[in-house]
Amino acid sequence: MVTAEKPYKVVGTRPIRPDGTDKVTGRANYGADIRLPGMLYGRVKRSPIAHGKIKRIDASKALALPGVRAVMTAEDLPRKGRREFAPLGSVKISLATLSGNVMARDKVRYEGHAVAAVCATDPHVAEDALDLIEVEYEELPPVLHADEAMLASAPLIDEELHTREMATGESAEEPSNVAMHFVTEMGDVEAGFAEAEIVLERSFKTKMVHQGYIEPHNATAFWRHDGGLEIWCSTQATFVMRDHLAGLLEHPVSKIRVTPQEIGGGFGGKISVYLEPLAAVLSRKTGKPVKMTLTRDEVFRATGPTSGTAIRVKLGAKRDGTLVAAEGELVYEAGAFPGSPVAAGVRCIFTAYAIPNQRIDGYDVLVNKPKVQPYRAPGASAACFATDSVMDELAERLDLDPIALRLKNAAVEGTRSADGAAFGVIGNRDCLQAIQSSPHYRSELQGPNRGRGVAHGYWYNAGLESSAYASVNSDGTVALVLGSPDIGGTRASIAMQLAETLGIPAERVIPQVVDTDSVGFTSVTGGSRTAFAGGWAAHEAGLDLRQQLAARAAKIWGVEAEQVRYRDDAVIVGPAGEDGGERSITFTELAAKLARTGGMIVGRADSNHASAAPTFATHVVDVEVDPETGKVEILRYTAAQDVGTAIHPSYVEGQIQGGVSQGVGWALNEEYRFDEKGRMENASFLDYRMPTALDLPMIETVLVEVPNPGHPYGVRGVGEVPIVPPLAAVANAVHAATGHRFTELPISPAAVLEKLLPGEE
Amino acid sequence: MTEAAGTRRIVVEATINGEPQEFLADERDSLLEALRDRIGLMGVKEGCNNGNCGACTVILDGRLVCACLVMAAEVEGSAITTIEGIASSDGLHPLQQAFLEDAALQCGVCTPGFIVAAKALLDVNPHPAEDDVRLWLAGNLCRCTGYDKIVQAVLDAAGDGKESA
Amino acid sequence: MQAVRYARPSSVEEAVDLLEQGGDRARVLAGGTDLIVLARERRIDVDLFVDVKALEPLTAIRYDPADGLAIGAAAPCYRIAADPAVQEHYPCLIDCATLIGGVAIQGRASLGGNLCNASPAGDGIPALIALGTTVEIAGPKGRRTVAAEAFCTGPGRNVLTSGEFVVALRAPPPSDRAGAAFRRFIPRGEMDIAVTNAAVHLRFDGDRVASARVAVGAVAPMPLLVEEAGAALAGTPLSEATIAAAAAAARAAARPIDDMRGTVKQRRHLAGVLVTRCIRIAAERAGVQP
Ligand SMILES: Cc1cc2nc3c(=O)[nH]c(=O)nc-3n(C[C@H](O)[C@H](O)[C@H](O)COP(=O)(O)OP(=O)(O)OC[C@H]3O[C@@H](n4cnc5c(N)ncnc54)[C@H](O)[C@@H]3O)c2cc1C
Ligand code: FES
Ligand code: FES
Repeated sequence: MVTAEKPYKVVGTRPIRPDGTDKVTGRANYGADIRLPGMLYGRVKRSPIAHGKIKRIDASKALALPGVRAVMTAEDLPRKGRREFAPLGSVKISLATLSGNVMARDKVRYEGHAVAAVCATDPHVAEDALDLIEVEYEELPPVLHADEAMLASAPLIDEELHTREMATGESAEEPSNVAMHFVTEMGDVEAGFAEAEIVLERSFKTKMVHQGYIEPHNATAFWRHDGGLEIWCSTQATFVMRDHLAGLLEHPVSKIRVTPQEIGGGFGGKISVYLEPLAAVLSRKTGKPVKMTLTRDEVFRATGPTSGTAIRVKLGAKRDGTLVAAEGELVYEAGAFPGSPVAAGVRCIFTAYAIPNQRIDGYDVLVNKPKVQPYRAPGASAACFATDSVMDELAERLDLDPIALRLKNAAVEGTRSADGAAFGVIGNRDCLQAIQSSPHYRSELQGPNRGRGVAHGYWYNAGLESSAYASVNSDGTVALVLGSPDIGGTRASIAMQLAETLGIPAERVIPQVVDTDSVGFTSVTGGSRTAFAGGWAAHEAGLDLRQQLAARAAKIWGVEAEQVRYRDDAVIVGPAGEDGGERSITFTELAAKLARTGGMIVGRADSNHASAAPTFATHVVDVEVDPETGKVEILRYTAAQDVGTAIHPSYVEGQIQGGVSQGVGWALNEEYRFDEKGRMENASFLDYRMPTALDLPMIETVLVEVPNPGHPYGVRGVGEVPIVPPLAAVANAVHAATGHRFTELPISPAAVLEKLLPGEE
Repeated sequence: MTEAAGTRRIVVEATINGEPQEFLADERDSLLEALRDRIGLMGVKEGCNNGNCGACTVILDGRLVCACLVMAAEVEGSAITTIEGIASSDGLHPLQQAFLEDAALQCGVCTPGFIVAAKALLDVNPHPAEDDVRLWLAGNLCRCTGYDKIVQAVLDAAGDGKESA
Repeated sequence: MQAVRYARPSSVEEAVDLLEQGGDRARVLAGGTDLIVLARERRIDVDLFVDVKALEPLTAIRYDPADGLAIGAAAPCYRIAADPAVQEHYPCLIDCATLIGGVAIQGRASLGGNLCNASPAGDGIPALIALGTTVEIAGPKGRRTVAAEAFCTGPGRNVLTSGEFVVALRAPPPSDRAGAAFRRFIPRGEMDIAVTNAAVHLRFDGDRVASARVAVGAVAPMPLLVEEAGAALAGTPLSEATIAAAAAAARAAARPIDDMRGTVKQRRHLAGVLVTRCIRIAAERAGVQP
């Protein structure tokens, strides 16, 4: 369902995606599909313990195995200083962290931490060699929970880590497992709570969860004899990959080319480097291309899930529901190196609501678990779970409709959030109203053991740099060259924006995702920025083409360029000719003449805009809980979202449905389970329990189109926010069905039974 | 390639996507490894290598199987259909067309498995209900789409009235 | 995958020889849905896969009103589920054959493999136990049979000795007023390992339960035949009280563990729930209203 009429011809339609046929016929080339002559196969030797010192690594037996070509360890990577940084989107990341995570040096910090890598002529032999690499450890006690890790008595994961106060930039004297402390304040919290007529304070916990992309990480590297390093891989960020490799390997950027292959999902988890530097070093050692792919077990144990969290939320309101004060404390597990998304959690936790007095504290805490990576709206889902669970309880206590309570407090244009920024044009209330008037919310939910829950979420979205080159072909098509790997149909949505700008059908634009030597710097596919920034770059490249095409027509007609105009219907018009009629030529006609009239033309754009606008989402879900087994079934789900302009509505709906599905999994069954020694117990899809087709109904979507005034086509990011509300929405629905509040995720059947059967032993 | 330790080459004869073929495999190759690494049918995807995700789904002698849970040596004399064998020279299979039109793929890595599995479903049940589709496809994981458009595409392909070949 | 060889014997004797020579490191390959995963993940050491799917008695499904049902140990679930005689007389086997894994797993997975794998949570085993199945074994010393409930001896362990393997599973002929059912609990809708499972077979004489066999899985090191639960049902008409007594007996017999798939409390509780549900379905299938 789409709510607004648009003045566009291409934008808002549903053409077949340009890369679709290859993907439905099995011809698309994903990272693991690459085969090069003489290629070797690499594997990673990993730590079986969660915390320990590496005493000795002996690879001699492995190297003696026929077929094995080389072994590498951290000794083969340059040692990076703590204060050496590489860019990552709008922030930067320490190269010591990156390097240390890619391969353990001196110490292993989590089970699955890489300690060595080997390559051989055959994949089976590379695997056999793993057992022949001998590693001796001195085990250290693992720190597995953030609350333990914060204690002064906790074993230190990194002796040189000192808590950094982000507000002042100062570091603590004593080392600690707490890497960072964030504080955001607004108004006077104490006065706010004093004014409140009802105050609720609750604590919540969520477990580490994984993005769960179906394609495992992979990388193929070829280090040429002239020093040129080629990388083929599935990454969300080719240029970030290139720059990180340059830093990690101390190799010039100009000598590294990253060619993105098709990517089988990422959701934030395929931005960081893992295998690429290892494959590069092994290739350098052997002079052969080296391909590496992770097993699913390794993906779980050794890539980046998102944080387990402990969040305390305190809300104060007037009896009419007006929120007057909020306090939040967010503790996020970073995994074994700093860098949880707690800053984003702090930024998002109360932002959907206008609350005059707020204080939010966030802690980034090391534990002996895999280093977390971004996962769709990183940090926001757990924060929303906490806030919107308390909102639900507040509505219940005040006997208010949960949507009405949120509408009463919804941030609007001009509302300032705790970080000081004021909202521009937003669709916050619109989403709430869309659900309020949806057939789903207006329907009556009948039957025993059933309940309905709503939740409302926010995400800020990213802009960042994108480049695009567009060249006109003689047959009237346009080749569009992009640097953003296409995970979920962004080729289509970016090409459509160029087609709209040029006034030609979508099928006439042929997008290509290319390597880092073939297009200008383009930041990550992620943070919901690709259709926004890539589309903007494509639009600007289109404007450049319009100007050049008009100039060419002027040249052909022998008139001044200013007299010629490129019309939105792809007809170029100029002043009246000798016969008295207006001169005109269509885009297609002109394309055919380009070669003979001065050559083909190329439009270019490098765009870097900070105006990615925030998005909101309101979800409503009906569940049924089996009182005998504790199983929660999702009966119906509707998600309304402020999507800006829906460029390709099908893919916008798809993003929402995918995010909802991940959120439902997070709410109900997904979790990393560790034993007391920090070893993951459920590192398989079977035991990690992501939703199957049988676990979900059709997911209804309401696209609320509030165009972003800061984008030529009104685009807002759409990919992140759909994963924000589901956790709270499901928890609130289960409360409605059972009368029990669930403050810890997942709300697994065991957890539900635990509440329903207090009597049994 | 020189023989490395622990590698033993075997020759397997099978009919793959209608073509009788003889291929060299390692005795410890799974069918998935043989299809991808030895024969080059890269449309058969690996998501888990232990039967949990369905990305490697192929049809073996008329039955849906996970290629990662079959040994290459086992398929001697068998007939195998992979995603590469679903479209005909006349064009895309109705399922493939429906997946495109319904935007039933995002990253697309699960798509080959889903299409092969759905084809096997329509072969035995040309007009499935939504629940039939969901049950049949429960062995195929998709993390991008929430399944909505996949299920819709299968229903649409069935509703086309076109016989699934 | 570890360095494993592959053999496809063409007679039972040849298979016995291969297994005997291979010792611990030779394994029967039926559908491979357990074995290939175990071998690939190096959770067991294997040198040789002995593929038994070329052996007719291991793949045949035969029904005879007098002798009952003989299912070849390697017959895949989809064939069991499609067999008209099984559908008509042994719906309890359909219950499990249609829910082990997903469709692609059922294309290969066998009940023999399920039994021999001896997972405490194996979904085929409670049904085999409840039906009173005997397990026909071939070995160097010839054939022998073992009752299904006596076959598994612990997680991943069974009564087979060197050179032995299972040829067929034999269920007694159906009686007139009898019914059986299998149910399991999993957190997802499909593709999950049972937190707890159960099967019940009831035979009626008029209104009275003449005999009852109750089996539960994933609550002990191996699936259990709970005789006390059967005894609670037998000899009287089915009533809420006898059903509750049987469920209580199943809960009492359960000695579950806490693990990633479920908790002690949850499993014990579910043993009662599932036994209750199975009793009702079994009675209905026998044509009796509980
Ligand atoms: C994705 C997935 C989902 C699954 N879901 C379920 C589920 O829902 N419920 C469930 O119970 N199981 C499940 N399983 C496990 C497995 O599919 C079943 O246990 C299956 O029945 C095993 O049968 P198989 O023919 O594949 O056995 P195989 O893997 O071939 O053999 C299993 C073991 O038994 C031995 N063996 C096999 N046949 C014989 C024989 N005739 N004589 C002696 N030894 C023998 C083998 O050597 C091996 O040790 C699942 C597995 C996967 C991969
Ligand atoms: S790769 Fe075979 S099922 Fe996942
Ligand atoms: S489309 Fe990405 S996993 Fe299905």
